[in-house]
Amino acid sequence: MQSILIGKAAAFPNPGRKVVEVEGVSVGVFCRDGKFTAFENVCPHMGGPVCQGKIIARVEELIAEDKTSLGLAFSKDHTNVACPWHGYEFDIATGRHQGNPRLRLRPVTIEVVDGDLRVTLPEGTRERIARRRQAPLREVD
Amino acid sequence: MQQRTVKDVRELQEITIKTDTRDILSHATIQAEGLEDYFLIDIDAHVTESSFWNEIIDLIDNDVIRQMGQAMMMRPGTTTALLNTQPGTLYQHVFGRIPHQAVLAEAVDGSESHRFTELARRSMDAMGIDYQVVFPTPMLVLGMHPQEEIEAAIGRAYNRWLIERILPEDERIKGLLYLPFNSPEAAMDIVRDFGNAKGVIGFTVTCTRNRPVHHNQYMKLYAMIEETGKPLAFHSGFHWGDPSFLQLNRFISMHAISFVHYSLIHLTNWVINALPERFPKLKLVWVESGLAWIPFIMQRLDHEFMMRVCEAPNLKRLPSEYIREMYFTSQPLERSNMKLLEATFDAIKAGTQLLFASDWPHWDFDPPSSITTLPFLSEQEKRNILGLNAARLFNLEVKRMRPRAKDVLAARPGVA
Ligand code: FES
Repeated sequence: MQSILIGKAAAFPNPGRKVVEVEGVSVGVFCRDGKFTAFENVCPHMGGPVCQGKIIARVEELIAEDKTSLGLAFSKDHTNVACPWHGYEFDIATGRHQGNPRLRLRPVTIEVVDGDLRVTLPEGTRERIARRRQAPLREVD
Repeated sequence: MQQRTVKDVRELQEITIKTDTRDILSHATIQAEGLEDYFLIDIDAHVTESSFWNEIIDLIDNDVIRQMGQAMMMRPGTTTALLNTQPGTLYQHVFGRIPHQAVLAEAVDGSESHRFTELARRSMDAMGIDYQVVFPTPMLVLGMHPQEEIEAAIGRAYNRWLIERILPEDERIKGLLYLPFNSPEAAMDIVRDFGNAKGVIGFTVTCTRNRPVHHNQYMKLYAMIEETGKPLAFHSGFHWGDPSFLQLNRFISMHAISFVHYSLIHLTNWVINALPERFPKLKLVWVESGLAWIPFIMQRLDHEFMMRVCEAPNLKRLPSEYIREMYFTSQPLERSNMKLLEATFDAIKAGTQLLFASDWPHWDFDPPSSITTLPFLSEQEKRNILGLNAARLFNLEVKRMRPRAKDVLAARPGVA
C-alpha cells in the first residue's frame, strides 16, 4: 500500500483536476463542488489516458411535455472528463460512462487528512494495470 | 499493512493539440512493450494534407489551375484551396474532445525531415509499427468535386508531393497513389508515370464518388494495375451532402452510415459485374469501413444471386466466394459484440485476408491492441493480421524497422 500526498485540499482548484504519476501509475484527481474523486488514468475502452482529457459539462437534450425536442444544453449538475483518445465521456463524480453506466473508470481511494489530499494505492496496482492492458477484451466491464 | 508515503509525484498535463504524439500515445507504447517480437504494418494512417496544402498546390502541373490555387491560398485563413470541403469535416474532433483529430500542433524542432515525416515516425514509434501506409484526408471527398480537371490536377500534385517530398525521407512510410477516378485517362497516366516510384506499393480510389466502378471506361485502367501486381485499394469516406444523408441530423448518424454506404455500392458493382472474373489477378483492398457490413452484403448478394442469375451471368461462384478473396482493413473495428465479431472474422477469413489499420490521427483510430486483445484469435492469426498478411500482399520484407517501446517511452518529451 502506498499513499501519495498531492497537496493541500484547500488549494485544489474547485472545480478542477490534477493528474499525478508515481512509480509508473497515474491517477486523476477531480474536484467538483468541493467533493474529491480519484480514478486510475487508464480508459476502460482501449487504455487511453482518460484523466488527461477535456473536462466539459454533460450535454443533455431537453424534451418538452409534448415530447418535442427543445435542443441541446449543457448540464448544470454533471461534469464529464472526455478521454482524449476517442472521446468516451465519464462523469467525474461517479466515473461512469454517460451513455453506458456499466462502463466505468476504476476508482482510487482519496481522502483529506489534516488538510492534505492523500491518494492510496494498494500494493501491486502497477502490475494489475499491466496485466489488464494485455488481457483479452470482455464484452463490457 | 505497511503504508509508505510518496511525496515525489510527477504531474501530468491535459492532452491538447500541442501535446507531442509520443505523449498522446504513451499508453499505446506501454501496450507495445508486449508486442516486441511482432512485425507490424499499419495499412491506413493519414496525412492531414491541409497543413501542407501550399506545397501541394505549388506542384500542380497546369499553370492556370496552379495560379487559381495559389491565389486562393493568399486569402488569410484558407487552408484547402480548390478543394470541395464537405459539411461535417470540422465536427470530427467532437468539438475539442479529441485533440489529435483537430490538429497535431506539436513542435518538431531538431528534426531535419519534413514535418509530416516526423509526425508519422512519432506515431509509428509510439504504437510499435514497422511500416505505415499513408492516405490523404480532405482529399477523400475529392471524387465529389464538380470539376474533373481539378480532381486530376490535385491528385497528380499530391502524388508528386508524396513521391518527391515524403517517401524518400523514410523507408518505413509507404504510399498508395491517388487515382483521379473521374478522369480515367488521368488515372492511367498516374499508374504509368508513378507506379514504379520508390515507396509506392499500390493504388487507391476514394469511394466517396458517384462513378460506377464497372463502367467500360475503367477496364484499361484495371488491366494496367493488374499488370503491375500491386493492389488496388478502395478507401471510403463520408459525404453529408449526399441527398440521402441530408435527412440525418447528427454527424454520428451520417458518419456511421456513410463510409459503409459507398463501400457497399462499389463492392456490389464490382462483384455483380464479375470483375473478379475479368481481372483474376487484381488484388483488392477495402479500407476504412470496419467489418460489420461485409457479412451483410455477402449474405444478401448470395441470396438474391440464386434467384437472379440472369443479371450476373459471368459469376461462376457465389458472390460471397469472390468477396472472401478480397482484403479488408480492420479499422474502425466494431468490438461491442464478440460473438458477431468472431463470426465476421470467420466469414471474411480474417486470418489471411484482414490487415491491421490504425487510421491515426483520426478520432476513431485503433491501436494494435484492438487486435491483440481479441479473445478468439490464435497467436498466429494475430501476427498475420497485424503485419504478415500485409507483408505478403504488398510484398514488404518482414523486418524489424522500429525502435524498442522501452526506448520510445524513455525518450518522449513528457518524461523530461
Ligand atoms: S481509450 Fe479512452 S475512449 Fe478509447
